[in-house]
Amino acid sequence: MDTIKEIQHRARAAIEACQDLQRLDELRVGYLGKKGEITAQLKALASLDPEQRKAFGAAVNVARDDLALAIADRKTVLQAAALEALLLSQKVDVSLPGRGEQRGGLHPVTRAMQRAVDIFSRLGFDVATGPEVEQDYYNFAALNFPEHHPARAMHDTFYFGDGRLLRTHTSPVQIRVMEQQDPPYRVIAPGKVYRSDSDQTHTPMFHQIEGLLVGEGVSMADLKGLLHTFVNAFFERSLAMRFRPSYFPFTEPSAEVDIGWEKGGGAEPGWLEILGCGMVHPNVLRACNVDPERYSGYAFGMGVERIAMLRYGVTDLRHFYENDLQFLRQFH
Amino acid sequence: MKFSANWLKQWVKVDLNAVQWAERLTAAGLAVDSVEPVAAAFSHVVVAEIEACKPHPDADKLSVCSVNDGSAERLQIVCGAPNARVGLRVPLARVGAQIGADLHIRKAQLRGVESAGMLCSARELGLSEDHSGLMELPPDAPLGVDFRSWLALDDFSIEIDLTPNRSDCLCIRGLARDVAANCAAEFQDRIIPSVAAQSDDALPVRLLSGEDCPRYAARVIRGIEPTAKTPLWMMEALRRCGLRSISPVVDITNYVLLELGQPMHAFDLDRLDREIVVRRGRQGESLRLLNGTEVELDEGVLAICDGSGPVALAGIMGGAASSMTDTTTSILLESAWFKPATIMGKARAYGLHTDASHRFERGVDPQGQVRAIERATALVLEICGGVPGPVLVQEDVHCLPAPRPIRLRHDRLNQLMGLEFERSQVEDILQRLGMEVSFADGSWTVTAPSARMDIAIEEDLIEEVARIHGYDRIPEAPPGGQLAVGSAASHTVSLMHMRQSLCAAGYQEAINYSFVDRRQLEAVHQAGFALPLANPLSAEMDVMRTTLLPGLLANLAYNVRRQQARVRLFETGLAYIQQETLQEISRICGVATGSAWPEQWAQPVRKLDFFDIKGDVERLIALRGDTPVSFTPFGEPWAHPGASACVELGGKPIGWCGAVHPGVLKTLDIEGEVFAFELDLDLLQQRQIPHACPISRFPSIRRDIAVWVPHEVTFAQIETVVRGEAADLLQDLVVFDVYLDEKLKKGYKSIAIGLILQNVSSTLVDELVDPVIHQAIATLEHRLGAQLRG
Repeated sequence: MDTIKEIQHRARAAIEACQDLQRLDELRVGYLGKKGEITAQLKALASLDPEQRKAFGAAVNVARDDLALAIADRKTVLQAAALEALLLSQKVDVSLPGRGEQRGGLHPVTRAMQRAVDIFSRLGFDVATGPEVEQDYYNFAALNFPEHHPARAMHDTFYFGDGRLLRTHTSPVQIRVMEQQDPPYRVIAPGKVYRSDSDQTHTPMFHQIEGLLVGEGVSMADLKGLLHTFVNAFFERSLAMRFRPSYFPFTEPSAEVDIGWEKGGGAEPGWLEILGCGMVHPNVLRACNVDPERYSGYAFGMGVERIAMLRYGVTDLRHFYENDLQFLRQFH
Repeated sequence: MKFSANWLKQWVKVDLNAVQWAERLTAAGLAVDSVEPVAAAFSHVVVAEIEACKPHPDADKLSVCSVNDGSAERLQIVCGAPNARVGLRVPLARVGAQIGADLHIRKAQLRGVESAGMLCSARELGLSEDHSGLMELPPDAPLGVDFRSWLALDDFSIEIDLTPNRSDCLCIRGLARDVAANCAAEFQDRIIPSVAAQSDDALPVRLLSGEDCPRYAARVIRGIEPTAKTPLWMMEALRRCGLRSISPVVDITNYVLLELGQPMHAFDLDRLDREIVVRRGRQGESLRLLNGTEVELDEGVLAICDGSGPVALAGIMGGAASSMTDTTTSILLESAWFKPATIMGKARAYGLHTDASHRFERGVDPQGQVRAIERATALVLEICGGVPGPVLVQEDVHCLPAPRPIRLRHDRLNQLMGLEFERSQVEDILQRLGMEVSFADGSWTVTAPSARMDIAIEEDLIEEVARIHGYDRIPEAPPGGQLAVGSAASHTVSLMHMRQSLCAAGYQEAINYSFVDRRQLEAVHQAGFALPLANPLSAEMDVMRTTLLPGLLANLAYNVRRQQARVRLFETGLAYIQQETLQEISRICGVATGSAWPEQWAQPVRKLDFFDIKGDVERLIALRGDTPVSFTPFGEPWAHPGASACVELGGKPIGWCGAVHPGVLKTLDIEGEVFAFELDLDLLQQRQIPHACPISRFPSIRRDIAVWVPHEVTFAQIETVVRGEAADLLQDLVVFDVYLDEKLKKGYKSIAIGLILQNVSSTLVDELVDPVIHQAIATLEHRLGAQLRG
């Protein structure tokens, strides 16, 4: 019969050489189990005299604890190795494409419009809407366009033959807002407008954002400040801006607004017209029962396609309405 | 309006280069479209005369000229122009001349003959497109004089895009006044002297139409020379303003039009019958115009008539029968004022647009008629000779616009502009614009010149002050104002949220025109309530859309043709339904074709089907919260009868989804299956504000039921029964299998559902659940003919 040292030595060698968890458990049972060799040594204690028993018992206990520790250590090592092997077997090619739907995207005009609306919302403007099939009164007469006036001829209007027409600008919403509410007003009206014109730089339908602010003591300086704030916010840079005297029947004074724009490619920076504006004409305020002596205000209207083209580098207006997926997919 | 800078400079002392012209005029509201030099850049071109001209010995089309350039020597020049002849004075480019960038004149041999310079056509000098021969100069053109300075060719043609209010700037005089104010330069108004009558020849004029024509000045000139030629200086002036020379008298009236803004007409006096009568047209009258078109008159249009009938459309165009000819020797000059509202829209209604109608519509200076007729008379006498009669003026001054003093309040001006103006600044600006100004009690009283028909109210004056002061000098005030919360709208789903939701589901947003081809609506059986345009741009855009579907189907077909196998598009916008009244209905519409999912290596390719599109619609509806939604069979002709559904919210139909009818696709030439949805946004966007209920702390249990039911029984019927029986215990219900086996069970289908049951107040036990499940099965058997699957 081997001495306890010999058993311990043999067992350790076997544990350290063990390569799988099942064999390790068999070793544990073989040495430390109920019928194991170490356990048998403990049982043999009973037959020894007390002097020997004490010394031998201590030796067996040391051996048992040592082996238990060795098995636990070995188990940790083998478990780690097994996990390692499992993970290795689960390795995937992470460069392969993922599963599921590809995201679509918003139309660039919608994106530009929403961006403008968000900026004006932060400046305290509410969104107002109005019909697209309009009455002559709202599109022209209430906006101080006399019948047959040459200013009307500048709007190539679609008619329905019964006095109704497709609105040529979003300005009729000004009138509808002022008719329905009391001043002060601070609204924008984004929407579709229509003009009977189609070529490289005109589509018969396009989008405008109208703005109206009426209150006490509102001045042209306020208008200039607001529009410059908007333009700088929209394009996220500080742009030069130019107000040119112009004429709209529903504003007086009136202005067209250009921004200084780098065209890129070494071209000279130039002025690009982006909107029309002015102080609301007293006739328009009166038509809506707003006292022009007490209230003054400004209105502005801008073409959304134009600012969308500048913002997203679109060079041909007609792309907007072809709805070619190759074009649209560039916008998320 | 196109004008010559040199001409303007006769009226105002300014000297600007091309860039300055563009900037100054634009900054004053006279938007400059273009500034072009009136001639090519050239030097060393002089006036010369051909003194001898003989054929080239070796070339049929060339001649060899001896040319006098004002010096003692004669130059031999070879020339190919057909009009080269002895005695003709022409522009000569001397040896050493540079014309444009490319042409440098050298001594040359032409077919063996030496040539010392070039005789020029008008086109070669950039004066016109005329290249038919040498430019013919008048016989008194001074020999040897520098051609460029002789014709004052260092000049610009400036084209401005005038807004309709600024009719005063449709002439040199008006422009000069504005430029003078804008550039702080001196306006030099020309004194137009009266031309004394040399006979008492006159044609009687009667004004029968009151305020339509409150002033009509007329003058007879007899004995004009029919062979007179328009002088070169006048032709040049007209050319630089974009007008062609026609005949001396017509050129003179055009010249006066450009200079003073007063449209005029010259009748052939001998072709007029006794008198001039200004009256409204009459039904049945017609008139052949100068341009050859025949027009019908009526009560709406103002006519100039003689003793026999209409001879001109007032303020628009003269008639052919009374117009001047090559042999005319006696003329009647007309210089009238017509009320803008009388002329507005009339030319357009006849498909005409003339320099006269353009000005009368916008308003001509009501005080300019006599000035113009005197100016024209002087020019006629100078160029054509003749004996003038007296200026006959018929007028009703009460019907003419009177000068109106307008009050301009200093504080109002400052308030509206956000700028403190000095009193002297304002007065200076207004006076430079030719206005009469007086000040008292914080206000000015201002009277504008008669030509400024646009100045009617205080705001017009404010604009004038701001415009001349400079819009760029108005400060920018930072945005301010009272803070106010707009509507927070938690009870609506924003359109942007819906769009984003569809984008996440793979749809790309499209935008189509609101007008479509009626045939596109007919193809989808929805042309019934379409509103037609009276003046469509083309037949492809002749009615307002009643549905968003045709636009998207066209986009889908377009993209499929461009090799896009999988297309998912959506659009939001209005549908226009014209019944007794017009409804503009806000819609959201989507179309899809191709595979259910993008092709992917680990996912089997599956064709899109009804339940994909239904899922997209369900997720849209889910944005508005938990409301009863149902999908019921749909019978409209544009949808597949077996694979489309009417979508109802709380019992109200809001649209449909499903397969587009194959017949529709065939009409539209689209291959494959297309699924679509179109929903009204109004109800769809209304949202419930979430309201929290107590949640159960007790475990839930699941029970599955699988039954055979006859084919025609729908899942909705089964769900109704089960929900009714399970009542409050039912937390969720899933369908986990639908199964058909004609061999096993003909006429039946198997549906398997899982019920998730939970109690709020206690753990569920079999004793409570079993009776509920048994009752549900019994009711399914009883009501729907279901059989429990073994």
